[in-house]
Amino acid sequence: MPQVTARPQYPTDHPSAPVRFALGERVRVRKTYPLGHIRTPYYIRGHTGVIERLCGNFPVPEELAQMRSGLPAQPLYRVRFLQREVWPDYRGREDDVVEIEIFQHWLEAVKP
Amino acid sequence: MIERSHHDMGGLPGGKVERGEHDYAEWERRVDALMMLLSGVKGGRKLMTVDELRKNIEAIGPEAYDRMSYYERWVTSITQTMIQRGVITTDELGRKMEQIRARLDDPCRK
Repeated sequence: MPQVTARPQYPTDHPSAPVRFALGERVRVRKTYPLGHIRTPYYIRGHTGVIERLCGNFPVPEELAQMRSGLPAQPLYRVRFLQREVWPDYRGREDDVVEIEIFQHWLEAVKP
Repeated sequence: MIERSHHDMGGLPGGKVERGEHDYAEWERRVDALMMLLSGVKGGRKLMTVDELRKNIEAIGPEAYDRMSYYERWVTSITQTMIQRGVITTDELGRKMEQIRARLDDPCRK
């Protein structure tokens, strides 16, 4: 398990799943297309990025949208992706990034 | 199975960006206020979540979604949510709409 150094930007006291990813760790967004209310954008699924910060633990929107509690909460991270890796025809700077807030259950560890 | 929902359009060609500011109409301000009150952010009873607002916006058919303005989508979604939660019934809503239509059509008011 990676050393968890991230401190939440917005601390909350929800019962929550444990934090799995460390700052700077590489993660892949799960490439899956279920029905329901989903906050993980279509275009980023399957892409690999780096944990930029831990925003905090928040009830799961997929459940909140269906009139349920969304608990236990899930850690929400801001994940940084290289634009040129997300868009094949990207013509901006090499080091341009896009940052997206993604819940932990949508992320998986990348083997180094 | 549809992989990509209509609303989830990030990265698709979007046309020209209109950079101008615009004033909100009175009804748009009211829809915003309604959402603040129903979601309990101003205190009081919480009758819906922003997640339900989003879910029911996403459930609007693609053609209507594209045709509607921002707050038209909101008021459609808020109404759906109130029906789903049993705060109002479809029948109550239909009768109220008829009543208002009749009032607006009343020649004495014109």
